[in-house]
Amino acid sequence: MKFDDYRTEGFYDEMFQADGRPRSTAAGLFQRLATLSDGELQRRQKAADLTLLDMGITFNVYGHADGTEKVWPLDLVPRIVSADEWDYIERGLKQRIRALNLFIDDVYHRRQIIRDGVVPEELLTSAKCLLDPCVDLSPPGGIWCHVTGTDLVRDGDGQMYVLEDNLRCPSGVSYVLENREVMKRTVPLAFEGLRILPVEDYPERLLETLQNVAPPGMGGPNVVVLTPGIYNSAYFEHSFLAQQMGVELVEGRDLVVADGHVCTRTTKGLKRVDVIYRRIDDTFLDPRTFRSDSALGVPGLMEVFRAGRVALANAPGTGVADDKAVYAFVPQIIRYYLGEDIILPNVPTYTCWDPKQCSHVLAHLDELVIKPTNESGGYGIVIGPRASRQELDDCANRIRANPRNFIAQPMLALSRVPTIIDEHLEGRHVDLRPYILYGKDIYVLPGGLTRVALKKGSLVVNSSQGGGSKDTWVLSGAPATIRERCAPSNSARVSSRPSLRAEHTPC
Amino acid sequence: MLSRVADSVYWLSAYLERAENVARFIDTNLNLMLDQGDEVFEQWQPLIDTTGDHEPFEHKYGPATRESVFQFLIFDRENSNSILSCLEAARENARMIREIIPSVMWEEINRFYLLVRNQSRKNQLDDARRVLDQVKLSSQTIVGIADSTMSRGEAWHFARMGRLLERADKTSRILDVKYFLLLPSADEVGTPVDVIQWAALLNSASALEMYRKVRGRITPTAVADFLILDRYFPRSMHFCLIEAELSLHAITGSAPGTFQNDAEQQLGRLRSEFDFVRVEDIVYEGLHEFVDRFQQRLNLVGRAIFDTFFATRPAPGPVLQEAAQ
Repeated sequence: MKFDDYRTEGFYDEMFQADGRPRSTAAGLFQRLATLSDGELQRRQKAADLTLLDMGITFNVYGHADGTEKVWPLDLVPRIVSADEWDYIERGLKQRIRALNLFIDDVYHRRQIIRDGVVPEELLTSAKCLLDPCVDLSPPGGIWCHVTGTDLVRDGDGQMYVLEDNLRCPSGVSYVLENREVMKRTVPLAFEGLRILPVEDYPERLLETLQNVAPPGMGGPNVVVLTPGIYNSAYFEHSFLAQQMGVELVEGRDLVVADGHVCTRTTKGLKRVDVIYRRIDDTFLDPRTFRSDSALGVPGLMEVFRAGRVALANAPGTGVADDKAVYAFVPQIIRYYLGEDIILPNVPTYTCWDPKQCSHVLAHLDELVIKPTNESGGYGIVIGPRASRQELDDCANRIRANPRNFIAQPMLALSRVPTIIDEHLEGRHVDLRPYILYGKDIYVLPGGLTRVALKKGSLVVNSSQGGGSKDTWVLSGAPATIRERCAPSNSARVSSRPSLRAEHTPC
Repeated sequence: MLSRVADSVYWLSAYLERAENVARFIDTNLNLMLDQGDEVFEQWQPLIDTTGDHEPFEHKYGPATRESVFQFLIFDRENSNSILSCLEAARENARMIREIIPSVMWEEINRFYLLVRNQSRKNQLDDARRVLDQVKLSSQTIVGIADSTMSRGEAWHFARMGRLLERADKTSRILDVKYFLLLPSADEVGTPVDVIQWAALLNSASALEMYRKVRGRITPTAVADFLILDRYFPRSMHFCLIEAELSLHAITGSAPGTFQNDAEQQLGRLRSEFDFVRVEDIVYEGLHEFVDRFQQRLNLVGRAIFDTFFATRPAPGPVLQEAAQ
């Protein structure tokens, strides 16, 4: 495989240094790829695509003409993260989730952070995802955001930034596990000589996290995954996680509230549910409390939740901390609750809610990236340097009409990773979404989903808009204790009896 | 049915099952080892130990490396338990009873054998993975063909008995070796690697997904309980004994809970012990001791089946006494 014509083009490259030599952590992988014969990597990429198709690893794109079910795009060149850097990211994420969870709990109770003047009241009360029915709710253990998928990006200078928190129903973790599986199947040789932190125990961790919040009761708690159904874009993930945890996958119509409990309808009558890992949005959960037109939810669910007889993960209401105007205050939030400086910085952010910052934004629209405060999935974003005059004018009008709803950030030069494009490798921009579980402690899945913008120069990594994915390899820094313990030199050993053989001699 | 034919059906089925299990062992271990780094740290010896053929292996190859283990377990004709040898033996048995089994089944067995034989020069990582996938798939295809095309007569029951007794033996082996490797590490219990290793153990018996549905979280005792004593999972030792005994009684026509020959007596005793044992009892006895005793008794069952059905002689001779020892 030829790196001869590969250029970093002035971007931060996850595999190469600025001088074009492979980074020390990527040297092993580089060697292995460089020795592949011509066309070999492409051949394997085709094999991987076929495997993904056979395995039915797909996602749904809404409103697409040629069928809505798309095969998950995986590029075979992995992104490598060093042990030291991972340690830094992990510490940063744990700090952030701990603080944000305290913030959400405070927001729905005393609002001390507002009384103390750290976050402006008006900013908070105008947040679309602040849900009145969640006031005074106390989810088990005070944990609101059990599952988080924080988006990270690396800028041209090599610094990692938090781009978004995604505290509601982050998706993508199933693809992390399946990517690893497909990688092991199609390019096993690439793994040789590297010690990569495993990701396969995520389902166990998730199950533990969910069981941890079950209301007290007898025996093992009954955990279910609640999906909007097979037409949802993340349906594959919902069924995958249910299967890997061995729990039931349910739709709203499978659930009913009876005698103060949420129950599944089964062939043997009603069965009590203790924990719901819900993958439907807050406002669809319960038509009696939120949107009355929701056909996905369960009437009366919130009342049972409020009474502590069922746990929801994530708890409803966490979206308030996803609001991008609130995001801008996360450094202060961390300082307020934990008394610490933020470890993983935010992308510098202007909140248009503040008149001074707003006028700066309006004056520099063509240099900034403008984002609505309450959207996700890349919708509604205006990239100033690439927008037309007309688009910028429209954007300015929208900001003036409702400044609270917009933030602006400098345009980052996202880092790149070599990616298979036709017959050779080219740099493509990536982000990284690690997954964090908040149970008894906080656990960060090593690595996460690396999304890659497959179009040349594009910064849009969303799979619904032409993005692909990569396996993320976090290198282990620990010594190989387990293998040493079990190395063949170990004197003790099980000796099994030889297998039986047929007595006759075939003639 | 001719004793010779019964013998061939039984071993045809047992050898196919053995080939599939060897493929499972290797595949699972490979998956586990891939991201564990340096090849020198890879654990391949336990795999050889699982098969019980460590002496001939060491004699021929020395220390266990990935390459030598691949060669020995997949392609080595001198190893009578290698996948290729198993398929060769299965095919020879199938040839002897071509008129008994459905043609489509013979063809699949033949194709299966040729496929692995033609791969046997290749020892590359990628090729090996493909072969292993193919072995698992082909073996299951043949079981499926038998299941949907063979009358539930003697031949089918001998085939099922051979397959399930072999499977019970192999499940006991993976449990034995892995349990030994995993349990002593008290400091690692509950750590990610630990869970991953136990999950891999379940995976090598295709048991992970079904385990999750009934047991949820992974604990060593629950894994042992599931693989030894579960009545409903088709690769658990208990399930295999129950179903093998059903076939045995279908062949002889003896009423359930009675015996007319050594095979019925031995298998019935073994199965009934499984009916009434708790996993705590097994852990108390020591898992390895339990498994060792199990394999010993399974060998007695095998001997008894041989004496009862395959070695039919004019009058009971010294063979029966030998089996009783």
